[in-house]
Amino acid sequence: MIELTNTIAFTPERLAKAQEMIARYPEGRQKSALMPIMHLAQEQFAWMSQDVMDYVASLLNITPVEVYEVATFYTMFHLEPVGKHVIEYCRTGPCVLMGGEEVYAHLTQKLGVKKGQTTSDGLFTLKEVECLAACGWGPCFQIREKYYMNLTNDKVDKIIAELSR
Amino acid sequence: MKILTEHINTPGIETFDVYRKKGGYTAVEKAIKTMGPDAVVEEVKKSGVRGRGGAGFPMGMKWSFLAKPEGVPRYLVCNADESEPGTFKDHYLMKNIPHLLIEGMIISSYALGANKSFIYVRGELMYVIHILEKAIEEAKAAGFLGKNILGSGYDLELIVQPGGGAYICGEETALLESLEGKRGNPRNKPPFPAVKGLYQCPTVVNNVESIATTSWIINNGGEAYAAIGIGKSTGTKLISASGHINKPGVYEIDLGVSCDEFLNSDEYCGGVRKGHYLKAVVAGGSSVPIVPGHLFLKTANGEDRLMSYESLSDGGFATGTMLGSGGFIVFDETACIVRNTWNFARFYEHESCGQCSPCREGTGWMQKVLNRIEHGKGSMHDIDLLVDISKKIEGNTICPLGDAAAWPVASAIRHFRDEFEWHIKEPIAATRPGAVYMKESVLV
Ligand SMILES: Cc1cc2nc3c(=O)[nH]c(=O)nc-3n(C[C@H](O)[C@H](O)[C@H](O)COP(=O)(O)O)c2cc1C
Ligand code: SF4
Ligand code: FES
Repeated sequence: MIELTNTIAFTPERLAKAQEMIARYPEGRQKSALMPIMHLAQEQFAWMSQDVMDYVASLLNITPVEVYEVATFYTMFHLEPVGKHVIEYCRTGPCVLMGGEEVYAHLTQKLGVKKGQTTSDGLFTLKEVECLAACGWGPCFQIREKYYMNLTNDKVDKIIAELSR
Repeated sequence: MKILTEHINTPGIETFDVYRKKGGYTAVEKAIKTMGPDAVVEEVKKSGVRGRGGAGFPMGMKWSFLAKPEGVPRYLVCNADESEPGTFKDHYLMKNIPHLLIEGMIISSYALGANKSFIYVRGELMYVIHILEKAIEEAKAAGFLGKNILGSGYDLELIVQPGGGAYICGEETALLESLEGKRGNPRNKPPFPAVKGLYQCPTVVNNVESIATTSWIINNGGEAYAAIGIGKSTGTKLISASGHINKPGVYEIDLGVSCDEFLNSDEYCGGVRKGHYLKAVVAGGSSVPIVPGHLFLKTANGEDRLMSYESLSDGGFATGTMLGSGGFIVFDETACIVRNTWNFARFYEHESCGQCSPCREGTGWMQKVLNRIEHGKGSMHDIDLLVDISKKIEGNTICPLGDAAAWPVASAIRHFRDEFEWHIKEPIAATRPGAVYMKESVLV
């Protein structure tokens, strides 16, 4: 697990990026930068703890509730601590046709976790997500920005081995 | 005709230089230097191109509805939320040939008089967002974006906005809410975005593929575009093909190609998986009615069905379906229709924003009933219950997600009722791993 310290702050590069984002919307519409900045925050802090959300609110000069409301609506934001690699596995119809359920069963068995859980070594969190717009290349999952496609049991074994190193 | 994908396999086409060498950005030059904004709108109107996001509304007509009050900014927002199950064409286009969208955004923004335009991309595609941002930087460095484009006095800034994982943000007013930094709850209409959209200003929302067609239309003329296709289905369409076919992928078709050719020729899907039979097709994304294979290939009158807006919907919901977003999903005889219907119902329950009770409660209810049928615990009464719930949702909600949830269920029961009944009458057989209902007569 990634432990959070009490002092939540962006790295200087991310802070500069966040400020650039805030400046790009029309005057008075700075709240539009909320989700882009939340993505930046999750990239650095791994999940959206209350401290992280409060920090984001302070950057945008909005109330923390405005951030909580958004964080709870959109599924990409993790509201609980997560492992080093979050596997977001597509469970939707077209991927199922391509054998998505069988590969998923293999993956859960291999990791020894169910959906929403993190492996005891803190390496993997498994999440089920809906269609990732890669149906022709299914079954698929994503870890951070990377898509893993045309999955088979063998391919899953290789990916897990690689990321466990 | 390959309008969008002609150069998609050219090495380096994601870079400005290669794209430019292949004739890229000449349409921006032509539009800005030799045509006024109204002339661009006129060309797009002539092309007859219809919105490729699902609803098929004529793009030129939408543009001409945009309110233009003095002193109020207008916005163009590109819908790259692409979350409809079965649809992955915009992903394919943006990652492979990002400049085609950027060029289209410049032309379209110019036509609408927008000086700040947005591309709202589903957040999962963050890597594509980086690709688009790089393309924007390159276009800016070459003088096609920013202040005083090509010395014309026209300024344009493009902003790529990430979503956060919510199918509902593909609905245009939910998208606008989301872009304003809020939860993606669809708005009541009217007012329509053309009058009060982003930041309460007049706004046009168009799909990636729709906007990407504009370069070709400007270069070749609206009439040339309208000459491709059939009837009111002009031009080409990207089809995302998935499921039990030999060659899943994204194909650009002339609208009007026959369904048989699209499914079976080697140029496109390459036929149903070897050794298997066609059972059913979802022709336009998870929201459109599912049809048995024979009704996909031929209309109820026995005519060949074509891949066009009109032909696919021939017969209405009784025997037809819709082109939708072009999310083409093929099911062979090994697919369980009940399980797929349950899967889609679970999707819509998960994605309902919860604002209207028929959608919030109805999607949950349908999912639960389908779940128990699929798992051998249903009763005959459940089938009529599902039909009843779907009717109560349809037409009674703020946004079309309610209909989108109801149609797949209603159509699956309409065409595959005996498969539902089998799950209820033979629960032990039906719940054996890998068990599927076989009825030879429906297989093609
Ligand atoms: C629930 C729902 C999801 C939608 N998702 C998308 C989408 O992902 N992409 C898209 O372009 N249009 C989507 N639409 C349609 C949009 O509301 C809108 O009609 C479209 O973006 C307009 O662009 P077009 O006219 O170029 O198709 C969706 C509509 C609904 C009701
Ligand atoms: S129909 Fe469903 S998704 Fe659309 S506004 Fe109503 S509750 Fe939300
Ligand atoms: S169903 Fe898995 S990516 Fe679309």
